[in-house]
Amino acid sequence: MELALSKEDRAFAEEMRAFFTSEIPAEIRDRLARGLHPSKADIVASQRILNEHGMAVPHWPLEWGGREWTPLQRHIWSEEMTLAHVPHPLVFNTAMVGPVIATFGSQELKERFLPKTASAEIWWSQGFSEPNAGSDLASLKTSAVRDGDNYIVNGQKTWTTLAQYGDWIFCLVRTDPTVAQQRGISFVLIDMRSPGVTVRPIHLIDGGYEVNEVFFDNVEVPADQLVGEENKGWTYAKFLLGNERTSNAGIGVIKNRIARAKRLGGEVISAEPLLRARLTRLEVETMALEMTVLRVLARESSMPAGTPDPVSSVLKLRGSELQQDAAELLLDILGPAALPFRKERTVPDGFAALDEGAVDAMPTYFNWRKASIYAGSNEVQRQIIAKAILKF
Amino acid sequence: MDLDLTDEQRLLGDTVNGLLEKRYDANTRLQLLSSADGWSRDMWHRYAELGLLGLTFEEQYGGAGMGAGELSVVLESFGRALVLEPVLATVVLGGGLVAAAGSAEQKAELLPGVAAGETLLAFAYTEPGMRWSLTGISTAATPAGNGWTLSGQKSAVFGGDAADRFVVTARTPDGEVGLFLVDGAAGGVRRDAYAMQDGQRGADVLFADAPAVALGEPADALEAIESVLDVAITALCAEAVGAMDRMLWLTVDYLKTRVQFGHPISVFQTLQHRAADMFVSLEQARSMALVARLALGADDVAQRRKTVRAAKLQIDVAARHVAQEAVQLHGGIGMTMEYPVGHYLKRTTVIAKTFADIDALTELVGADGGLLPSG
Repeated sequence: MELALSKEDRAFAEEMRAFFTSEIPAEIRDRLARGLHPSKADIVASQRILNEHGMAVPHWPLEWGGREWTPLQRHIWSEEMTLAHVPHPLVFNTAMVGPVIATFGSQELKERFLPKTASAEIWWSQGFSEPNAGSDLASLKTSAVRDGDNYIVNGQKTWTTLAQYGDWIFCLVRTDPTVAQQRGISFVLIDMRSPGVTVRPIHLIDGGYEVNEVFFDNVEVPADQLVGEENKGWTYAKFLLGNERTSNAGIGVIKNRIARAKRLGGEVISAEPLLRARLTRLEVETMALEMTVLRVLARESSMPAGTPDPVSSVLKLRGSELQQDAAELLLDILGPAALPFRKERTVPDGFAALDEGAVDAMPTYFNWRKASIYAGSNEVQRQIIAKAILKF
Repeated sequence: MDLDLTDEQRLLGDTVNGLLEKRYDANTRLQLLSSADGWSRDMWHRYAELGLLGLTFEEQYGGAGMGAGELSVVLESFGRALVLEPVLATVVLGGGLVAAAGSAEQKAELLPGVAAGETLLAFAYTEPGMRWSLTGISTAATPAGNGWTLSGQKSAVFGGDAADRFVVTARTPDGEVGLFLVDGAAGGVRRDAYAMQDGQRGADVLFADAPAVALGEPADALEAIESVLDVAITALCAEAVGAMDRMLWLTVDYLKTRVQFGHPISVFQTLQHRAADMFVSLEQARSMALVARLALGADDVAQRRKTVRAAKLQIDVAARHVAQEAVQLHGGIGMTMEYPVGHYLKRTTVIAKTFADIDALTELVGADGGLLPSG
């Protein structure tokens, strides 16, 4: 959306683009551009480089590596990173637990965790959802009972993304079952190598493995790994989730998918007017959503922090839908080439090479059905909007 | 990045809103609808006093020298109040074309009168059987003495009922589409006046060897017309956003006050979520109206035109959704002539069929590589 950006903002975007495309290895970016998932090594390598250049945690406080950028500059940083196919710094580290520790943690916790969180020396997992606490997160049951210098944690977390790589997990746990749900929750940090922690994979319909169940069986957690105050965890969780405001739109993801669909589908798009019409509507709505992001950002600087803005729910709602539509479009462009389920792009000698996208288009379409479910399902977003406009 | 209105724009919006809240409530509008003119000459003079009728004209022609931002602010307010006066026809289209294509003498002759509220213009370009292309016309221009004569029929001419002068597209002997000025009172000009479906007035106009003068040079005028349509489409986008905004809040108020089964119907989640989806459409439309406004300042004409059309596409789709849902969530009362919400459905439906419709816009925006980059 060059139209809305000042000369300085455009120069900033150019600077980001130059950095990402020159400093992050091309082989990592190429893999992402071809629709493949980044490996653990890709993600860690990329975050190390970003961190060495002060590009991993710009939104953190200055003393812990932050840059004091404006909300718009942070948005440009994130979008340009996506458009350059650079794996983002681990969201659990940099957007979730890091800001919580930096804002509510003790000096000791900050020194112990923040540098390694920024550099991805620690891989964090997020322990929020439970089998019976999804959209209704506050009903979570995993318990932490104080026992001398420790908490004893029992229970189960689920949908824990990439917990197979996790070194540590930040968890919402119930420390007081006798009070109203939201007031008995605490935020604790747990070493995943502690005895009693078990990670079990959940296989998803796309054939991939990215989420897990995490079980806690009498896990001893030193009490100094409590963040902030006991029973204030819900406040910290809301703070953490509020940081996702504009990133959920996923404008960069949508643009990348549209760009790839147009590159791979040039002939089909010219030949099939109905498909072209769908593409056009998708492009137009993406442009609208990008401006909606900019409007939310422009307001953010003028609104007191934490003010609810129902328009940020529009971003999650339409953003997830457009990401899904864009994934579906590539599927339709490929036609029968997308049907075989293959793990690899290689074919035996003498067989025709596979179309680009043949391996990933349909799995991505399946996988991305998650986007309207996670981060507050789209029905929850509608409820937030309805509450804001109907004032009930 | 500054997406906010300037202080002057906000003041302008407040002034127009203030006037309309005081003098243009739903009942007043209903009375105007059934009056002989179908709109208010009194309001017309008030708009002129506020400088709205010469908003974008240069100051030397009696205008206020303002831009698309100010025009959008005014049109959004007009959309909220469903204003019936022929501002689009006279100021944006008629005045805009004279300003874009007219000679200095023609501008000096016509624009001050428009700005003062004394001269009404209309742009006659659609013909029977035509769809959205500007070039599918058969009205013919023939040289006659120092001027021209026009013959042919124009249809669905907004403001054509009352226009003092027509700006008319006609094919020149060279086969080009030219722009011509025709006096509404001249011999050879006949009107079949009516109300449009939304209540705004219009006419079919029959030109039979009607005396005409070329607007500016009698050359191919397509680019001048398209550039004025860029502005007019942006103005319509703002008007539609104003109308949608009003429809959403009328609906919200209704849901909170209408009691059925012992509760205000706003307690029903199916209605809550449908209201939320209306809000989503409105906010996306608002963003696109802003995109169009910013695009008008772009240097690349092709990009500007495509972006402005993309805005109308998004907004037409959004307005159809919001308007249909607004009527549905109101239930029977939404179907009545007496209650305002149905009038917004009518106006936004007419907007969606003005200049180009959803399908035509989808074609235009999707042509030549579409809107966003490939890669």
